[in-house]
Amino acid sequence: MCEERTTEFTVVGRSERKVDGIALVTGKPKFVADIDLSNMLYVKILHSPYAHARITEINTSRAEALPGVMCVLSSKNTPSTRYTTAGQGYPEPSPYDTRMFDTKVRFVGDRVAAVAAETEEIALQALKEIEVHYEELPPVLSVDAATALEAPIIHDEKDATGIFDPVRNISAKIDINVGDVKQGFAESDSTVETTCETQYAQHTPIEPHVVLSYLDEDGRLVLRTSTQVPFHTRRIVSYVLGIPLHRIRVIKPRIGGAFGTKQEILLEDLAGLVTLRTGRPALIEFTRQEEFVSARTRHPMRIRVKLGAKKNGILHAIEMEALSNTGAYGAHSLTVLSNVGSKTLPIYNKARNVRFSGKAVYTNLPVAGAYRGYGAPQGYYPLEVAMDKLAGKLGLDPIELRRRNHIRCGESSPIFEEIGEGREGVAQTINSCELERCLEIGARRIGWAKKRGLRTRNGPWIHGLGMSIHMQGSGIAQVDMGAATIKMNEDGSFNLLVGATDLGTGSDTILGQIAAEVLGVPLSKVIVYSSDTDFTPFDVGAYASSTTYVSGTAVKRAAEEVRGQIVGVAAAMLESDMTNLTIKDEQVISIDGRSVTLTEVCQRAMYQVDQFQIGATESCVQDQSPPPFMSSFAEVAVDTETGFVKIVDYVAVVDCGTVINPKMAQGQIEGALANGIGYALTEVMLFSSTGRVQNATLFDYKILGALDIPPIDITLLDSYEPTGPMGAKSVAEIGINAPIPTIANAIYDAVGVRLTKTPFTPERVLSAIRSHSV
Amino acid sequence: MKIELIVNGKQQELDSAPGETLLHLLRRIGYKGVKKGCESGDCGACAVLLDDRVVNSCLVLAAKADGHRVTTVEGLAGQDKTGELHPVQEAFLEHGAVQCGYCSPGMIIAAVDLLAHNPNPGDQEIKEGISGNLCRCTGYVKQIEAIRIAAEKMRKGTDV
Repeated sequence: MCEERTTEFTVVGRSERKVDGIALVTGKPKFVADIDLSNMLYVKILHSPYAHARITEINTSRAEALPGVMCVLSSKNTPSTRYTTAGQGYPEPSPYDTRMFDTKVRFVGDRVAAVAAETEEIALQALKEIEVHYEELPPVLSVDAATALEAPIIHDEKDATGIFDPVRNISAKIDINVGDVKQGFAESDSTVETTCETQYAQHTPIEPHVVLSYLDEDGRLVLRTSTQVPFHTRRIVSYVLGIPLHRIRVIKPRIGGAFGTKQEILLEDLAGLVTLRTGRPALIEFTRQEEFVSARTRHPMRIRVKLGAKKNGILHAIEMEALSNTGAYGAHSLTVLSNVGSKTLPIYNKARNVRFSGKAVYTNLPVAGAYRGYGAPQGYYPLEVAMDKLAGKLGLDPIELRRRNHIRCGESSPIFEEIGEGREGVAQTINSCELERCLEIGARRIGWAKKRGLRTRNGPWIHGLGMSIHMQGSGIAQVDMGAATIKMNEDGSFNLLVGATDLGTGSDTILGQIAAEVLGVPLSKVIVYSSDTDFTPFDVGAYASSTTYVSGTAVKRAAEEVRGQIVGVAAAMLESDMTNLTIKDEQVISIDGRSVTLTEVCQRAMYQVDQFQIGATESCVQDQSPPPFMSSFAEVAVDTETGFVKIVDYVAVVDCGTVINPKMAQGQIEGALANGIGYALTEVMLFSSTGRVQNATLFDYKILGALDIPPIDITLLDSYEPTGPMGAKSVAEIGINAPIPTIANAIYDAVGVRLTKTPFTPERVLSAIRSHSV
Repeated sequence: MKIELIVNGKQQELDSAPGETLLHLLRRIGYKGVKKGCESGDCGACAVLLDDRVVNSCLVLAAKADGHRVTTVEGLAGQDKTGELHPVQEAFLEHGAVQCGYCSPGMIIAAVDLLAHNPNPGDQEIKEGISGNLCRCTGYVKQIEAIRIAAEKMRKGTDV
């Protein structure tokens, strides 16, 4: 059985306002490009027009001669170090297959050269003056072309490292076996199989990538950048540019959304080098077009899932085989691939025979990277569609099939140990899981029993219901580390310094709430400062749903240490035993009713007796990564004349442990679902026959607007994860896993066709309906 | 060329190069609350009020605004000298409508425009009112709620 929470909270559990909220709604200059530095240079990048070509000659002299041009960078005058742009822990599990500027280009949009000039106009003009001679190579524009015999080799360079098999264009490969899957299928009474394919999709944060670099008074390089990973940025820029790490400071101010695309060192090396070469501040802002063409995408995948079950509906064998397209470079290729299995398969832990295999291959298409969900959305699509199929075959309600198979408290899955972050994982037992309740509540709220299978007609519209279940993780066990420093001020306030990186998620606020809770003060007495490599302790950054669980635990530990120091001082002041004292409402109170205020405590510690700074730094690395869980339900209406799919109702029930801030947690799920619905229905990057992105605008790449949002009904279950801070787990990514399989299953319920390719555009749905009815 | 603008109530005489957009000009003279998201009128992050209607400032040439009033998000709070937030800003904060905050200035401006012309909008009208403002962090649920509540508060305010 799961543990229950016994403590009551005062600051945690409340929808506190964002600590940075007033500045944001009043338009204060909080973002990277919102400050003006004198003497600033504007940097523009020349991108490759070819998907695959060798640069035989590059002549920048005319560009350099242009008045106002201060610096032109290309392969001729920049470091040739191979590295990965993936902002991961060290050593990164991604191949070192990238150079600042290479002599070969591998996708339309690859870097060829860059110009820094007095104005943006001059920089753009100078780009036109750069002469480049290309030797075109045959482009590889699909995973099938990449894996074909005699396929052109995309990474033929000799100095790349960490590529699984460059000759066969395989960036990464994985093969995990538990039990014997072949025998498992032979022993199964019923089997189903499905293959699903997902598209090239993009993060589209409303703020494109942007960095501002400058030298401080001591000549150190400062990078003010829109990043999820300030500390990894410092380390990788130091490595690429060959300058000591201590000569670099990375500051992350407010950033305008990220979703994974900013877990990447995309522009910081370039801005930094311009500043080092010229001594002047340099600004690089991606245009929206560049964001589409040159930033990161989600790995498109083709995944086959086969399920074998016994007559009683208990899964006996699962096979999952993934083919992932990592694009021109292998950033996150292995780890996203690993996650396809590791974040999906443990949910059905009854199967004794499991095989997960896959490869990530290079193509001459845009570079895939980290994207909210990190492989899990791709994996859940075929898995949950196959479960729907299996339920049909066994004559079981899809909910009942899940109920018989899903993981529970006290249980484990061998997959936790088998698959980790590019290496072996860590065994873990589930301490909190409310899937049972998620299923029950979700079914009730969508009207499952009453509406499913009816195929209610309304003119050309037919209604249907679908569902799916999901998990994610909370950080990477034994890898992700976060640290927090708290120091006390003599008015009873505290500075909370965290390396954790608020991307707009609200992590500064919830970390402040955790500190305030422990210290017995309102949130207004905690001054949060985050993500500055000079002033905040280390944190891996914001990814893998780690901040609440990992960084939050570091904050809690630091606050507990500080609370201990406060109580120690108060004990001396009150001549009382420490065990008789508690902190509440900004006071230390003795059981006999006497008290001292926090202000008095800090004044004594700072100015009067046995002086010292009340403060502490604590770290956290967790031995586990407790999954949040959710059930997802949708009612759709399919227009049988046009193929248009309308979502009539969407229900999500989420078990994320203790909810630190309800409005923000709901916001995470709402945002992830909206993003996921777009991924399911409208979002797709289109390419020309030469590999050029054809819809590189927010007009042509359709993300959901306010008018497209269906009614979304979210229930956050107040569950309790004993290893988490105040009982919390993660909430940021899980929601995006759900819409594709939920909607696919609902479409099947409505019109009896299985859609195996995303997005479910009207053309695709209509053609599926027509070929089905023939 | 010389142009005259009244930005957030302050008259300014400015130099502007031909082809400069109002977005570029406003950011150049320090109104950083006007955000750049696409420069093609698709995202609405740069929305401002030109006289009394919402426009995407990336689609307006600065010269076109010559002689007109411009209101940016910086001009909404404290117009009554108390420094108080505009009810829409207040509601965005209180109801969790802000995540990263990059689309917030434009969306707040669009909501202020909506409520100026329709003090009692239904949810569908609210959605239409902010349909030109893309947000990637939220699912618009909290913004719609915030605008509904701000409208209510503003109606009560004018009743008094």
